[in-house]
Formats: sequence, structure tokens, C-alpha cells
Amino acid sequence: MTDIDVRKVVQEELNNIAPEADLASIDPGADLREALDIDSMDFLNFVTAIHHRLGVDIPELDYPKLVTLDGAIAYLTAKLGANRRS
Amino acid sequence: MVEFRMPSLGADMEAGTLVEWLVKPGDQVKRGDIVAVVETQKGAIEIEIFEAGRIEQILVDLDTKVPVGTPLARIRTEREAQPAAAAPAAPPPAPPAPSPAPPAVPVRPRAPMVPARPGPAPSAAPPLPAGPGVAGRARASPAARRLAERHGVDLSAITGSGPGGAITHADVAGRLGGITAPPDRKRALGLDLDAMRTAIAAAMARSKREIPHYYLEHQVDVTACEQWLARTNATRAPDNRLLIGALAIRSVALAARRFPAFNGFCRDGKFEPAAAVHVGVAIAIRGGGLAAPALHHADQLPLDQLMTGMRDLVQRMRSGRIRSSEISDPTITVSSLGERGVEALYGIIYPPQVAIVGFGKVVTRPWVVDGAIGPRSVVTITLSADHRVSDGHAGALFLAEIGKQLQEPDKP
Repeated sequence: MTDIDVRKVVQEELNNIAPEADLASIDPGADLREALDIDSMDFLNFVTAIHHRLGVDIPELDYPKLVTLDGAIAYLTAKLGANRRS
Repeated sequence: MVEFRMPSLGADMEAGTLVEWLVKPGDQVKRGDIVAVVETQKGAIEIEIFEAGRIEQILVDLDTKVPVGTPLARIRTEREAQPAAAAPAAPPPAPPAPSPAPPAVPVRPRAPMVPARPGPAPSAAPPLPAGPGVAGRARASPAARRLAERHGVDLSAITGSGPGGAITHADVAGRLGGITAPPDRKRALGLDLDAMRTAIAAAMARSKREIPHYYLEHQVDVTACEQWLARTNATRAPDNRLLIGALAIRSVALAARRFPAFNGFCRDGKFEPAAAVHVGVAIAIRGGGLAAPALHHADQLPLDQLMTGMRDLVQRMRSGRIRSSEISDPTITVSSLGERGVEALYGIIYPPQVAIVGFGKVVTRPWVVDGAIGPRSVVTITLSADHRVSDGHAGALFLAEIGKQLQEPDKP
């Protein structure tokens, strides 16, 4: 799983939540909850979907690391790398 | 023989368009079965039946708009199943409005099965026994089939949610939403946000005209509640995690059971307390819409089940596949702004209900605990209630009880 694949999965799942949004035009450093009008239920669904697709454990305490597009990709890529090494 | 009529799904609904039949003449139905899908201002709603029996005749064709109360089908109930040849003792009551499809017209029988893949015309398909589990074949409603054909969707790849696993219009629509959503799609299929806005306007204007609202607010320290949630969720996979919104609904449901003057309906100035607590959950629709379908028996649900029910309700409301009972049953409404809103909201009661409880976002505030000031998580809970039914005194006790329940999330 490369960085590009992680990006694709994240974008697909965000698109499921906010189908009308143009993810390419979103500032990768912006708070996704603001940029995509995501509520806590949407965010939980996003985390659930990512957990299932990538097999990554995402504790609630780490939620703040996932609130931007770049942050989420960096976090998940690092997690996947750690999974592979262990 | 009873008539199954176009239900009234809220005070503001005058007519609905029948977009899908999930049963055909001869089918057995039981109470609670979803038999049809009706397009309303609130989106496509799955209509449940409340009589057990056998469908005798379908009276309204697809894509026909009919007023509330119009007979849609005739059902032979279990009580009168024998003898079948006996003439009805009395003619059924006249419908309140003329039906575009006269009852005498024989109804075109539906093909019970369709090929799993788009291909031969339905008439070429051999008749197959109704029922799930026929290998390689998918049962689907005509509307689902049409939609699938239009978009080239493979029906065999879809799990049906209708009776006997039949694929419904909503199932196909859901699949389309998942894989082929064009970038300009602004809303879920089956939801017309302009129509929804008209419905909201009608209901809210009526509420402000008819219901003498009074408003109360109460600030509650939810630090312990948040800590309990964090501890509980720390060991859970995301599928099983709880949101504070579920605790909010639970606290209102439990309090409503103890304070019946806030749980029920006021019709023609007369209050009818409800026997059960069905909490309407206010759900924002992307692009600007709002609906508050019922979470049935919210006071009886264990917290995990309540959370699952709430997730399911939000997901189905947003994808436009809500059930008629969920639209018509709420006995009290809860509106939660979530983490990005403001500190308080004052709701407008959805008639004929008599109360709406609002939860603002949780904020960190200086708070006095045991004589010392410290940072605490605080939420503002509000109550808008109907002065024809209750007074501020009772409202204050009700609101205080909600706050108390919210602070005891682990109490069974």
C-alpha cells in the first residue's frame, strides 16, 4: 500500500460522505469538518470505513490527527508502515 | 376486506406519489411489512402495512400522485380469509378524494422475478416461484428494475432489503449513489430539498401560529459523561463506538417516560399522552434539509442498541430510505447541534408534538466544583414546550431530570 493508495482510499471515503464536494479543490491543510461540513456521525462513519478498508486501528485519541487531508494520509501511511514492520 | 390507504406522514403532507409496489395481488403480508414506496416532500418513504392478510387488488398504478387517504390496495385480512367467495357485507367507505385509478380496473400483474442481468425483456423471463434463494436470479421490484436498466446496474450484485430479499428502488439508488455519483450530485437520491423546505416551512409556520411555546435552558456539567465515553470507546472498534448524541437521546427518552406531559400529541387543543417514547432525531440533510424520524422505544433500548439504531436512522434518512412509521411516530423531538455548532438552540415544536429538546455543543468553561473553580465540559440543554399542555414549573423539572440522566451514562 503506497502513499497514493492511501490517498485514494481516504478520498473515496470522504466522497461517500460528501458526494457533492470537489476534493481536489480542498486545501489539504484545512479542517475537513469545516471544509466538508462533516458532523461527528459522519466522522465516525469515515473512521469506521477506513478501519475496515486499511485494517488500521484508529483510537479516538488520534482523531485530531485525521482532521486534515494531509494529516490523515500521513497518519494512516505511518500506521500501515508500523503494521508491516511488526 | 380492508383498504390500505395513502398514509398521512406528518401534518404538512397532502399527497404522495406511488413510485414502487413491493407486493402484488395474492401476496401474504404481515403487520410491519414494507409494501410500497411513496415519494413525498420528505423524500422516498417506505410504507409499512398495519394489517395482516393477503393483497387482493392494487388500486393505484406506479408514478401516480394521489391525496392522503386514497385507497392504494385492498387487503383480505386474516379474520375474513374464509370464505373467499362471500361478498363484502358492506361497501368500503368512500375515499375522501377521487382515485385516479378506479378500483374496478384490473391490475397488470407484476413479473415475480427478473433476470439477474439486464438482457431479455421481462416478458421473456419464465415465471418463477416467489421467494429468495433462487440461484442466479434476483427478485426486484419493477421500479428497481427500471432504474437498474437505465444505469446498467447488475442486480445480482445487490442485496435486496425488501420482503423476501427483494431488491427495491432504494437498494438500486443506494448502489448508484455509492459508485457512480457524478461530481455535481448535491443530494441523496429520492430527496427533493426544495420540496423538503416547503414542508418544513408549512410545519413550522403552523407550529408558530398554533402552539404557545415557552422556553427554558439548563447548563449541565458533562465532564464525567465525556470521561466515561472516552474510557468506553478506548477499547472498542469504530463500529461499536458511542457518540454523546446517543446519550442525549437516551437521557431525554428516560426523562420523557417520567414526565408524560412532554411526550405525546396535542390535537384540536386536547393533549393525548403517548404510551411509548419514540424520540424524533433531528437530522440535517446535506445541502440544506432537515427531518426528525423516530427512534422507536428509545427509552427501552440498551445504549449500544440505541447508538446502532441512531446510526442506521441517520444513514437511511440521508440516503432517502426512511419508513412511514418513522416519519409519523415521533412523540418528542431531540435536536443536537454536535461539536461544531453553537452553545444553545431553541427548537420549534413539530406539530402535533408538544416538546422539543435542544443540545448545544459541549464547551469547556470555568465551573465551580466543591468550592473550587476548574475547567469543565458544559452543555446547554434547552426545552421548548407547549403551554397548552404544561407550564414552566413542570418543564423545569423535566429539563433537570434530563440533565441528571445525562450525568449518569452508565446507569442501566
